[in-house]
Amino acid sequence: MNEKRMIEEEKHYEEVIAEESICINDNLVYEKPDTLLDTPMHYCPGCGHGVAHRLIAEAIDELDIQEDTIGVAPVGCSVFAYNYLNIDMSEAAHGRASAVATGIKRVLPEKYVFSYQGDGDLAAIGTGETLHTCNRGENILIVFINNGIYGMTGGQMAPTTLEGMKSTTTPFGRDVKIMGNPLKITELIAQLPGVYYCTRVAVNNPKNVRRAKKAILNGFQYQKREKGLSFVEIVSNCPSNWKMTPVESNKWMEENMFSFYPLGDLKVPEKEDE
Amino acid sequence: MKKELKLMKGNEAMAEAAIRAGADAYFGYPITPQSEVLEYLTNFAYQKTGMVILQAESEIAAINMIYGAAGAGKKVMTSSSSPGISLMQEGISYIACAELPCLLVNVVRGGPGLGTIQPSQGDYYQSVKGGGHGDYKMIVLAPSTVQEMVDYVKLGFDLAFKWRNPVMMLTDGALGQMMEKVELFEQLPRETVNGIEKWATIGKTKDRERNVITSLHIQPDKMEEINLHLQAKYKKIEEEEIRFEEFAMEDAEYMITAFGLVARICQKAAMLAREKGFKVGVFRPQTLFPFPYKQIDSYTKQIKGILDVEMNAGQMVEDIRLAVNGKVPVEFHGRMGGVVPSPEEILEKIEEKFVGVPA
Ligand SMILES: Cc1ncc(C[n+]2csc(CCOP(=O)(O)OP(=O)(O)O)c2C)c(N)n1
Ligand code: SF4
Ligand SMILES: [Mg+2]
Repeated sequence: MNEKRMIEEEKHYEEVIAEESICINDNLVYEKPDTLLDTPMHYCPGCGHGVAHRLIAEAIDELDIQEDTIGVAPVGCSVFAYNYLNIDMSEAAHGRASAVATGIKRVLPEKYVFSYQGDGDLAAIGTGETLHTCNRGENILIVFINNGIYGMTGGQMAPTTLEGMKSTTTPFGRDVKIMGNPLKITELIAQLPGVYYCTRVAVNNPKNVRRAKKAILNGFQYQKREKGLSFVEIVSNCPSNWKMTPVESNKWMEENMFSFYPLGDLKVPEKEDE
Repeated sequence: MKKELKLMKGNEAMAEAAIRAGADAYFGYPITPQSEVLEYLTNFAYQKTGMVILQAESEIAAINMIYGAAGAGKKVMTSSSSPGISLMQEGISYIACAELPCLLVNVVRGGPGLGTIQPSQGDYYQSVKGGGHGDYKMIVLAPSTVQEMVDYVKLGFDLAFKWRNPVMMLTDGALGQMMEKVELFEQLPRETVNGIEKWATIGKTKDRERNVITSLHIQPDKMEEINLHLQAKYKKIEEEEIRFEEFAMEDAEYMITAFGLVARICQKAAMLAREKGFKVGVFRPQTLFPFPYKQIDSYTKQIKGILDVEMNAGQMVEDIRLAVNGKVPVEFHGRMGGVVPSPEEILEKIEEKFVGVPA
């Protein structure tokens, strides 16, 4: 969006707000979470990362754990996650966010620690760290953004890229005979005894956004119980590298991603734990 | 616990020193010839001080755990041997750029490749000249005795926090495995280092801005600024932290340069040479970065030549040559693949290279 248009739009909204005076406390149904900074996000329009960040910020606000939460950003499009969340954060080398989170949590066990990682980060270069962090049952939350592609580097194949799906390195569609099948890492992780909670959500519509938020809230709350790791996969989109509009990308995700990566809980705490 | 005299293996003495220095955590992965460090710590550390010990799934995981825990302002340490240290290089570069204090130990074995588990000094370049990507420096300490391995743990933590920089102790498989008498310093409390709340990720309190640990600055101007800041820091380290030891240098006509264990063998060789009437001394850099260039150069008026001895193909010798800048001849003798040179063969080299050579 160019600067002139931004200024015009801002003026327009100011006028609307002034006219209708809708922003009075009684009418307030939606506001920016405290934990979300004002920094304009660098994400492409319609990208799931922004929504996911907001949900994390909301969860931190609601649990009132801003002073006690430390986040770890990956290498990927969300490398700048620390620019948007008003908490102490550490950037990690590509794939190593869960090891960095382990290091932090082990020396600050009373703090809430989470890592936020893309599919290339978590399920390709960082698979070893991911599996072992989960297997050790580190008391952390891992938020896993699966958009089936390497967003940051310009749309190469990810471990999660669907069969037949085009990317810059699978220009004719992913051929599983050559590149193997897309990796359902969340299903693998759910098997590990160290994992306390494992779920797959999405942020494509309001209902799913609410579910995703609940999952993130769960993940933070379970850290208190010291029973193991919480793993929240968010099936997401990448309109830019999928070469679709935001609306098309959500539709494509619903029609293609959800059948291979079905939404729902893969592991929930036993009844007596609840 | 008071000061204590003990007969200890280098690796175990170093581990005990980490506990006594009040270290908060150790993350590591087994590799010969230094696995005793992790073994010793898992046996004693938690019980003694509550120190966190974790066997990582790889050296890559270990160095990134170090990055996380160092970023949280804690006194953290890892150790490994050559191939493992190679795996850590990306992480070390991140740590250096993010200016995180930590102590890394390389108990060097012979390479390249899987090489041998016998001692070597083949990782001098890797430790001193980079290893990982980008323009960064570690402070590199080279002990020559088990006692120094103990003392440098404490010194290493102090320097790491003083400069907010990774410190590498570059030792070798022989020192790690040999038993010597050591004086252990008394147990220090585990306590939070002053001032870490200015940068560490410990939970953002209301009275301050959030702390971010990162090495990413995509604007070239900003990244250059960070680089200039690091270079200025390294320059100050060069001004303040050079350490070296001289042996029989007062009247020496020939100088042997060597670091680590080899320097001790060279001292023996110098004594043998003096018995034969050749005035030989030994200059041992204790810090490999910062390197004592000036101190070595200052001897060029006094000496006729230098023999540099290393357990590698000739790595530190390049810095010796830079130091003396052609003013005196610099010869080299090296053994590789885990072979330790003997005093006799070093003496032979002195005679071969210098005796009868006109000044
Ligand atoms: C060691 C290393 N290898 C490769 C890269 C390049 N790289 C940066 S991000 C990325 C992929 C990111 O994809 P993903 O984790 O799926 O995140 P997304 O951008 O899709 O959110 C790669 C390969 C790097 N920064 N470091
Ligand atoms: S490239 Fe894709 S993942 Fe990255 S911000 Fe744009 S839409 Fe999101
Ligand atoms: Mg991705």
